[in-house]
Amino acid sequence: MRRVAIIGIGDTEFGELWDLSFRDIGIQAGLAAVADANITADQIDALYVGNMGAGRFIEQEHIGALIADYAGLARDHIPATRVEAAGASGGLALRQGFQAVASGLHDIVVVGGAEKMMDVSDVESAMIQSSAADQEWETILGATFPALHALIARRHMHEHGTTREQLADVAVKNHKNGSLNPKAQFQREIKRETVLASPMVSSPLRMFDCAPSSDGAAAVVLCPLDMAKKFTEVPIEIIGSGQASDTLALHHRKDICTMEATKVAARRAFDMAKLTTKDVDVAEVHDNFTISEILAIEDLGFFKKGEGGRATEAGLTSLEGEIAVNTSGGLKARGDPIGATGLAQAVEIVAQLRGKAGKRQVKDAAVGLAHNVGGTGATVVVHLFRRA
Amino acid sequence: MATAPRFWREYPSRYNLVGFKCNNCGKTYFPPRAICPVCHRKSVGKIEEVKLKGTGKVYSVTEVHDTLDELAMMKPYLVAIVEMDEGPKLTGQVIDCEPCDVAIGTPVRVALRKLSEEGSAGVIHYGYKFVPVKDSTGGSVNIRVMT
Amino acid sequence: MKVGIVSYGAYVPRYRITPEEIGKVWGVDGKAMSKGLMINCKSVPAPDEDTITIAVEAARNMMKRCEVSPKDIGAIYVGSESHPYAVKPSGTIVAEAIEASPHLTVADFEFACKAGTAAIQTCMGMVGSGMVKYGVAIGADTSQGAPGDALEFSASAGGAAFLIGSEKTIATIDHTYSYTTDTPDFWRREGEMYPRHGGRFTGEPAYFKHVTSGAKGLMAKTGLKAGDYTYAVFHQPNGKFPTRVAKQLGFTDEQVKTGLIAPMIGNTYSGAVPLGLAAILDEAKPGDKIFAVAYGSGAGSDAFDITVTNDMDGFQRQKAPTVKELNSNLKFLDYATYAKYRGKIHLGSE
Repeated sequence: MRRVAIIGIGDTEFGELWDLSFRDIGIQAGLAAVADANITADQIDALYVGNMGAGRFIEQEHIGALIADYAGLARDHIPATRVEAAGASGGLALRQGFQAVASGLHDIVVVGGAEKMMDVSDVESAMIQSSAADQEWETILGATFPALHALIARRHMHEHGTTREQLADVAVKNHKNGSLNPKAQFQREIKRETVLASPMVSSPLRMFDCAPSSDGAAAVVLCPLDMAKKFTEVPIEIIGSGQASDTLALHHRKDICTMEATKVAARRAFDMAKLTTKDVDVAEVHDNFTISEILAIEDLGFFKKGEGGRATEAGLTSLEGEIAVNTSGGLKARGDPIGATGLAQAVEIVAQLRGKAGKRQVKDAAVGLAHNVGGTGATVVVHLFRRA
Repeated sequence: MATAPRFWREYPSRYNLVGFKCNNCGKTYFPPRAICPVCHRKSVGKIEEVKLKGTGKVYSVTEVHDTLDELAMMKPYLVAIVEMDEGPKLTGQVIDCEPCDVAIGTPVRVALRKLSEEGSAGVIHYGYKFVPVKDSTGGSVNIRVMT
Repeated sequence: MKVGIVSYGAYVPRYRITPEEIGKVWGVDGKAMSKGLMINCKSVPAPDEDTITIAVEAARNMMKRCEVSPKDIGAIYVGSESHPYAVKPSGTIVAEAIEASPHLTVADFEFACKAGTAAIQTCMGMVGSGMVKYGVAIGADTSQGAPGDALEFSASAGGAAFLIGSEKTIATIDHTYSYTTDTPDFWRREGEMYPRHGGRFTGEPAYFKHVTSGAKGLMAKTGLKAGDYTYAVFHQPNGKFPTRVAKQLGFTDEQVKTGLIAPMIGNTYSGAVPLGLAAILDEAKPGDKIFAVAYGSGAGSDAFDITVTNDMDGFQRQKAPTVKELNSNLKFLDYATYAKYRGKIHLGSE
C-alpha cells in the first residue's frame, strides 16, 4: 500500500445556511480544499462524497454525479462516488478515498462531505435521522434517535456512576472550544446550568446534550505521500484507517455502554499506524450526544471504561488537558451536518497538525485522531494523522 | 411510518413476539432471521420459530419528550430496552404506569397496543408495548384499589 | 348438545374520569349527574387503545384461563359500535393475536350495545350445530359521547370475551330469547364522530320495552321466575336503568349488585352485559343460575338463562385479572387530558 497524505482542506461555516443550496455548500468546500492544495481540476482523478440523507432532505439521490457536475468536472468524466453510513458517511468517504490512493488506483482524490438539513421541518428531520437506527425494531416501536442515546446514558449512569453534571461538562467544554472557532455553528460559551436547565429531550438528555441539525460541507484533497511536497509545505499523512460494524439495533449489542465498533476500528487504525492511544495529542470524536463523547474517550482507550465522565469533569479532555478532545467544538458546538462531519473532523485535525488552529491550537500537536460514528455505533470509522 | 405490506410482513413478531431458536447453539433470538448470528450456515435448516412468553425486566429506560409525530399524543412517554426471560432484548414503550414506577430491573409483561396510524384514513399499526407487573403471575401493580 | 361458556376474559383501561370533572367544564352539576346516573366514574381508553386492543386483551385473558388450543377455534366474532375501521374487521386482528388464524371464520357485528351478545348467540348456533368446535364472542367498545351531551358522563371503554363450546363448559347457556323491533332511539350515521339519541325516547319505548319483553320472553321459555336465579345482569348504560328494570321484573338488589359494573366503569356499550357477566362469573359457584338481558338501541334485546356447572370448581380464574382487579391501579384524569385521549381536540399539525 502507498502512503497517503492530505494536501488541502476546505470547509464552509456550519449552521443554518438559508441562502446556500446543497450544491452551493458542496462546491464551496470543495473549491476551498482544491485551492488550498494548489491543484487544478484536470488533476483530480476521483471524487468521493459522504452524505447520509439527501434523498429525503432535498429529494436528491445520485449525489456523486451531482457534485462532480457542479464542480465543473462533468466533462472530465471522473469517477464520482457517494458514500453512506449514516453519521459515519464522511469518515467512510475519507476511508474510501484513502483506499483509492493507497491501492495505487488513483493519485489525486477529492473527498468531501455535505448535508443540507434545514430545508425540512424539525419533525421530518428527526424522522430522517432516526433512519440511522433500526427502523423495524427500534424506531417503529417508539424509540427516537435521542431516546436510544438516552438509554445508553441511563445505563452508563447505573453501571459506572456517571452523573448528569459530567454529561453537561462535555457540552460546556465543547462550547468553550467552539467559541474559539470562527466556523462553528455556536460560538458562545455556556455554563453547566445552561445544560441542566435546557428542555428535556429524552431523559436524562436535554437539549444542550444534543448536537444541532446543521447545513455544511467540508472537503480534503488526498495524494500519494511521495508526491505531496509538490503541492504543500506541510503534508499531513493518514497513518492509520480503521473501520468496523456492529449490530444495527442498540438492544442487540453485547454491552450498550460500550461501542465495540469504536474499539475495533481504533485497534485497526492503531495497528496500521503502529501506534497506541498514548501517542495521540488531539482527537475529534463523535459527540452527537454528550454521552457519545464519554463512550468515545473510553472506547478509544484514552480512559478506562466507566471513567469518561469523571475524566471530563476533571478537565482531562480540555484544550490544555491530558488529551485535547473536540478542539473544533465537536458536533455539539461546531455543528453536525451529518455527511460533512467526518470530513470536518479531518479538516480540524489537519489544521491542528499544521499548527494553524489559531486560538484552539494544541501545543506541539503531532498525532491526531478522528472518530466518526454511524447510528448508535453500528458503523465506526477511525483515522490517525501525523505531520509528515 | 411503515407502509401496510412492510408492517404486515412482521405481524407474527409484532403481535405475538415470534422470534426463533437456533437448534445448533440452542439460543433464542428476536426478531426472526434467516440464519443464526453465531452459527451462520451451520444453522440452516435448524431454525425453529419460537414465541416469547412476553415477560422480562427493564434493562434501561428513558422518558421521551421530543417525539415523532405518530406518538405526539402520548408524550412524554417511556421507552425501554427490556431483557425478555428467554434472553433477547427488545425496545418498546412502557405504558399504563407513572415514570416513577419504572426503573432498571422492573418486571414487565407485553400488551398489544396501537403503535401508529398512517393518518386518520390510513392503516392502523398494532404491536407490542410493555406494562409493569408486580409479581410473576402477570397481575398489575396495585397502587390503589377501588371497592 | 349442551352449549355454554368454556372460558372468559375481561379488560378495562385503567384511566377514569368523574362526572364532577366533566360537569365542571360544561356548567353542569356533576355531583347531581353522578347521583342521578349512579355512576361514580367512567373508564377512558389511552390514546394507544381502541376496541381492537381491548378485544385482544380480553381474548388473551380468556385463553390464559383454559387449555383450549387456539387452532381449535372455528369462529371469532367481535361486536362493537366503535370498530376502529368502518371496513376491515376487528376480528381478524384478534384471530392473529391469539394465534387462531387461518382456519376459521371471522366477522364483525354491530347492533349498538348488544353486538357482543348477538355474537354469543351466533357462536351458540355454530357450536350447537356442529359447525365449529369452539367459537369466540367478544363485546368491546370505546364509545364516545358528544362534548356537553348527557352521554358524555357515561360513555366509556371496555370489553369481555367468551369462549363458547360444548365440552368442559363452566356455565351452560340453556336458553336464549331475543326481542327485536325497528325503534330509532339512538344512532350514529356513517362518518359522524358522535351518536345522536332521542332523549327521553330512549327510556320507556326503547330500553325498558325491549329489556322487559326480552326478560318476559325468556321466562316464558324457561318457565322460571326471578327468584330462581342467583344473579341477574341487565344492560347498564348507567346504574339507574338496570336497577329500575330489575326491580320491575322482581329481582332484588342482592341478585343485581355483582353484575352492576357501571358505577365504576360507566357504559361500555357492547361490553356492558359481557363485562357484567364476567364480573358474575368471577365469583359464581356450581349450581348458580344467571339471568342476563342485553339491550341494543335500534332496537333489540338478547336474553340468556345460564347455569354454572361443576367444572367451574377447576376453572383457572386466577390466570387473568378479574373485573374487580381491573378496577384497581386507576389513574384519574382531568377533562383536558380526557379530551386529548378521546381525540376531541387535535394537534394543530393534523
